[in-house]
Amino acid sequence: MHFQLAITGFVALYIFMLAAFGGWVIIGNVPAILHTPLMSGSNFVHGIVVVGAMFAMLNASTVTQQIIGFFAVLLGAGNAAGGYAVTDRMLAMFQPSAAAAHKKPVHVIVKHAKG
Amino acid sequence: MFTATLSQLVPGAAYLFAAFLFMYGLKRMSSPVSAPSGIRVAGIGMLVAVLASFFNVLGVSAAARPHLILNMSLAVVALVLGGGAAWWKGRKVAMTSMPQMVALYNGMGGGAAAAIAAVELFGFSTQGATRLIVTLIGAMIGAVSLSGSIIAWAKLDEVIKKPLRFKGQQVFNALAMLVTIAVGAYLVFAVQTGTHPLLSVNAGIYLFFGCALVFGILMTLPIGGADMPVVISIYNAFTGLAVALEGFVLQNPALMIAGMVVGAAGMLLTLLMAKAMNRSVSNVLFSDFGAAVKQKKSKMQGSLKPVEASDAGIFMRYAKNVIIIPGYGLAVAQAQQKLYEFVKLLQGAGVGVKFAVHPVAGRMPGQMDVLLAEAGVPYDLIFQLEDINDDFATTDVALVIGANDVVNPAARTDKTSPIYGMPILNADKAKRVYVVKRGQGEGYAGIENGLFYGDNCEMVYGDAQAVLVKMIEAVRGLDAVAA
Repeated sequence: MHFQLAITGFVALYIFMLAAFGGWVIIGNVPAILHTPLMSGSNFVHGIVVVGAMFAMLNASTVTQQIIGFFAVLLGAGNAAGGYAVTDRMLAMFQPSAAAAHKKPVHVIVKHAKG
Repeated sequence: MFTATLSQLVPGAAYLFAAFLFMYGLKRMSSPVSAPSGIRVAGIGMLVAVLASFFNVLGVSAAARPHLILNMSLAVVALVLGGGAAWWKGRKVAMTSMPQMVALYNGMGGGAAAAIAAVELFGFSTQGATRLIVTLIGAMIGAVSLSGSIIAWAKLDEVIKKPLRFKGQQVFNALAMLVTIAVGAYLVFAVQTGTHPLLSVNAGIYLFFGCALVFGILMTLPIGGADMPVVISIYNAFTGLAVALEGFVLQNPALMIAGMVVGAAGMLLTLLMAKAMNRSVSNVLFSDFGAAVKQKKSKMQGSLKPVEASDAGIFMRYAKNVIIIPGYGLAVAQAQQKLYEFVKLLQGAGVGVKFAVHPVAGRMPGQMDVLLAEAGVPYDLIFQLEDINDDFATTDVALVIGANDVVNPAARTDKTSPIYGMPILNADKAKRVYVVKRGQGEGYAGIENGLFYGDNCEMVYGDAQAVLVKMIEAVRGLDAVAA
C-alpha cells in the first residue's frame, strides 16, 4: 500500500485529529434510543481491520506469518460480518406508529372472556 | 508498470470511498428514520473495501510472491469461515443476548489488529523507531481488547458468575501493565540496535503478546457484571484505536479514519453511559461497587400496599394517560409482547400511553429501546428521560415494570445513598403509581426504594408476564360486558 503521498508524522496526526473530531461530533447527535445499535454499528465499522488483515495475509512470507495472518483475516471477517448482521437486525425493528400499524400483529390472544 | 499503478490506484480510490461511506452511514444512524439505511451504506463501504483489497495481489512484496496462491486461498477460506460463522450467529442470537454478542465481535476486531501487528513484527517490516513503537502500542491495545472482551462476554453470558477480587489487585494489575510495556521497550531497543542481551526478538514478541493478553484478563476480572456495558464500550473504543494505529503502520488511511472515528465515538459513548449510571469511568474500572453498599438499612415510612393485577388493569383502562417505565425485569420475564398487547388495549379505549426509558434500562444503554422495538412498539411512543420527566406531574398512572433503582427518589434527596445524584424517572410525581415486581426484594444496588412506600403507590406482586395476562383479561372482560 504505497501511495504517492506517504502518511508520516504530522500528516498522520492530522488525519487522526480530524477523524476523532468527526467521530465525536457525529455520535454526539445520536439520541439515547439508538445507543445500543450505535455501539454495535461502530463495532461494525472497525471491522475494516479485515482489509489490513488481508494485506498482511497476502504479503506473508513465512509459515508463522501465514498462520497469524490467517487468524487475522478470520477474526476481522467475523467482526465485520457479525457486527453488520446484529446492527441491521436491530435497526430494522425500529418502526414509526404508521408503519407498525400495517405490520402483522406479533401475538394475538385467542381466549376471549365472554360476559 | 501498469499493474503496479493499478494495484495502488484501485484500492486507494476504493478505501477513500469506503471511508466516506462509513462516516456518512454513521451520520445517518443518528435518527431512527434514517438509521436502517445508515448501516446499509456503511455495509456497502465494507464490501467495496474488502473486494478492492484483493487488488493487493498485484503488488505484493518479492518475498511473498512464491506463496501468493496459498496466501490467496488462505485469505478466501478465512474470510468465508470467519464471516460466515459470525453472520450465522448474529442472525439468530436473541435480542437479550445482544451485549455479550457485541463484546465478542469487538474482541475479534481487537484480536485481528493484534494479529496484524504480530505479522508485521515477525516480518521485521516495521522499519524505523516510530513505526515500531506505533505497531507495539496498537498490538498491546488490540490484545487487551481481545482478552478483556472475552472475559466481558463470559461475565454477561454468566460463564463467570462472580467478580474475582483479591488484596493488592490494583498494584498487581499495574505491575502486569508495566511488565508488558517494559517488554515492548526491550523489543524496540533490540530491533533498533540489533543486539539482544536478554531474549531473542522472536521470544520477546511472544512474551509481549502473552503479557498483554494476561493484562486484559486481569483488568476485566474484578469488574462486576452490571458494569460490563461500560467496559464493552471502552474496549470498543480500544479496538478502534488499535485499528487506527495499525492502519498507520500499513499506510492505509481507511483503517486510520474508520478506527479513529470509532475510537472517539466509543469514548464519548462510554462517558455518556457512565454519566447515566452516576459513576466515573475510573470508578467503574478501579473500584468494587456493591461491596460497601449493604451496610445500613434506612427505615422507610409508610407501608407496602399490595393490589390485585386485575384491579390495577381496570384502573388504567379508565385513566386519561399512562406512562410505562420498563426495566430489565420485563425482559427477564419475556413479557414485552404482552405489555404491548396491553398497551394496544388501553389505546383502543382512548388512554394516552407513553413509554419512559431510562438511559441504563436493560443491560446496555439503549437495549430496552431495542427490546420494545422488537415487540413492535413504535419508536414515537418511546421517550427518553429528559423528554418525559416533566410529564409525570400531569399523568394519572405511572406503571413501573421490572425497574427499581431508576425510579428511586433517594437519588434526588438522600445524600448518603450510593445512587445519590443519578438522574431518575420521576414516577413518584404521578397521581397513582403501580409497581409490578416479583417479590419484596431490592434492586441490584441493594437499596430500599421510598417510592414503593409512598401514599400514591400500590404494589402488584408477581411475574411480569402473568401479571400482564391478568390485566389484559380484566380489561377484555370489562369491554365484553359493556358490549
